[in-house]
Amino acid sequence: MSVSDDYPNAELAQTARPAAGFDDEVRARLDADAALVLARYPEPRSALLPLLHLVQSEEGYVSPRGIEFCAELLGLTTADVAGVATFYTQYKRRPNGEYTVGVCTNTLCAVMGGDAIFDSLSRHLDVGHDETTEDGKITLERIECNAACDYAPVMMVNWEYFDNQTPASAREVVDGLRAGMPVRPTRGASSVCSFKQMARVLAGFPDGRADEGPGAGDASLVGLRLAAEKGWSAPGAEGDQAGATSGGEA
Amino acid sequence: MTTTLTPVLTQTWGEERSWTLETYERFDGYSALRTALAGTPADVIETVKSSGLRGRGGAGFPTGMKWGFLPPPDGGPRYLVVNADESEPGTCKDMPLLMAAPQLLVEGVAITSFAIGCHHAFIYLRGEVLHVYRRLMHAVEEAYAKGYLGTNILGSGFDLDVTVHAGAGAYICGEETALLDSLEGRRGQPRLKPPFPAVAGLYARPTVVNNVESIASVPSIIRNGSEWFRSMGTERSTGFGIFSLSGHVKHPGQYEAPLGVTLRELLEMAGGMRDGNALKFWTPGGSSTPIFTPEHLDVPLDFESVGAAGSMLGTRALQIFDETTCVVRAVDRWNDFYAHESCGKCTPCREGTYWMREVLNRLEKGRGTEDDLDKLLDMCDNILGRAFCALGDGATSPVTSSIKYFRDEYIRHLVEGGCPFDPSASALFAPEAIGAS
Repeated sequence: MSVSDDYPNAELAQTARPAAGFDDEVRARLDADAALVLARYPEPRSALLPLLHLVQSEEGYVSPRGIEFCAELLGLTTADVAGVATFYTQYKRRPNGEYTVGVCTNTLCAVMGGDAIFDSLSRHLDVGHDETTEDGKITLERIECNAACDYAPVMMVNWEYFDNQTPASAREVVDGLRAGMPVRPTRGASSVCSFKQMARVLAGFPDGRADEGPGAGDASLVGLRLAAEKGWSAPGAEGDQAGATSGGEA
Repeated sequence: MTTTLTPVLTQTWGEERSWTLETYERFDGYSALRTALAGTPADVIETVKSSGLRGRGGAGFPTGMKWGFLPPPDGGPRYLVVNADESEPGTCKDMPLLMAAPQLLVEGVAITSFAIGCHHAFIYLRGEVLHVYRRLMHAVEEAYAKGYLGTNILGSGFDLDVTVHAGAGAYICGEETALLDSLEGRRGQPRLKPPFPAVAGLYARPTVVNNVESIASVPSIIRNGSEWFRSMGTERSTGFGIFSLSGHVKHPGQYEAPLGVTLRELLEMAGGMRDGNALKFWTPGGSSTPIFTPEHLDVPLDFESVGAAGSMLGTRALQIFDETTCVVRAVDRWNDFYAHESCGKCTPCREGTYWMREVLNRLEKGRGTEDDLDKLLDMCDNILGRAFCALGDGATSPVTSSIKYFRDEYIRHLVEGGCPFDPSASALFAPEAIGAS
């Protein structure tokens, strides 16, 4: 998309005029997907968050026509839908890069090195927070705590875990992504998918990759392994359950 | 050391393909659902009540009692909503649980739904964990295929549908009524209580909202009995919980132990502090719980003892910082988080976190005055108890507790005209030369 790059108020202008809708083929596909989303909920409006993920999967951001599509489908005003879309940080108001690279800079990760990683990536990619590289590949973000503090410092690429990062490892990841090489998360699918593919999964459409990757990383297992080593278990659990003592040894 | 670890929820995490139904069944998975369905819903509620299980999402409200608050059935729908929005800084137990053993939650959902008369349950997962969402959707699919969900479950006549719903990035949605608004397709802002969700929750119908770990604990309680659960933990904080150690410890990670274990014990299990450095401060249950210092190493980590020592057990998110860490920097950054995540609904939180950010930012840079500390405490006084929900209350915790224990360190910033700490000393890696990119 073009207008928004050149004119600071272009987003407003786009919202103010009727958005050109999706072409027939795309619209038919979105309609079919949307029907499946709606079927999951007793009340149609509950489908709004997944529908916003769905339109984001089509265009790489939540565009004015994406908003109009959701509004029309749910019988809401575009103002209602825009009000919801702008509340949540995962919905993008401008075309996003193919990969969202988020560095956790909440306190614990920041202290453990997240600040240095973000600064290094920012220099390396020559972009700041919520900015996209010129080749459209990477949108860099500072992110909040992503529930992996035992793997600090943490980086997320299209919301897959990259644990225990350093500035060098983070740069290697973004270089690989920009070069179009398959890049493997620490705990996640075998390779990172695109931003649009990710948004489609978040809309509730499985991509068949649930069986890829590990069940747990080392930090998740550290207590379990210690218990196995020391012969500790919960009372009564022993002999009570098949294989109860084998935990942690796989 | 007297306390030992008690892996129950974490027991299968290390198995090959631990997330599959096949693995789960190999460890007696869904036997608790069979037991529950063979009895009555009241039996399940009674067992969970007498187990003493208290909510694992932070507040510690007795789970069985929460279920008991639902009004008598009126023929309309009743809902179970699982709060899987884990976003409290430091909290990292539910996501690894769902990544490694999602069936634990699904079985818990089925049992709980049977207990409260729910036929459509929702799991609200934060949107920023793609692979966890894949695993959860897959787990639900597998459970349907095997007849653990759907119609006439295991021939019992009980029907249940489960929808796994992804959020879209908003800390506030971990607050149960904001979560419900979000699940209804709105901005995630908290609702006025009462009415509580038990009376008017999702779609204004009776609703139970429980944390992932609470619900995941239910199958083991049904399988082994409430006495078994009570044999762990303390009298009023029964059972086990996952303690998440992060920060400057040798082996950060998940340690499942009886409630009442101490940080001293957990630290020993985790190999102590890194490089033999000294412990400086820590959170017992996430950034919204007042910080502790080395003087609290022997406080039993149960609801009562942590409360009596001036903090909260919260989510057992033990973020541990050594002597290289600047406490002002830490608090400044936590407050940035609250200011960013404040939903804007109420003035004390929206304005309070904003102005605290101005003051903390300048204090960290050594540009404030000593009066700023009193100003911060005054702001906290105007937020705590006056904000619409717990987000605002939580925002005051790091500020007031850090001034209480580390007032001198704030003053040092002023005297030295800047932060006296080298941030690279607290990082896990050696600093790089500028321009290494």
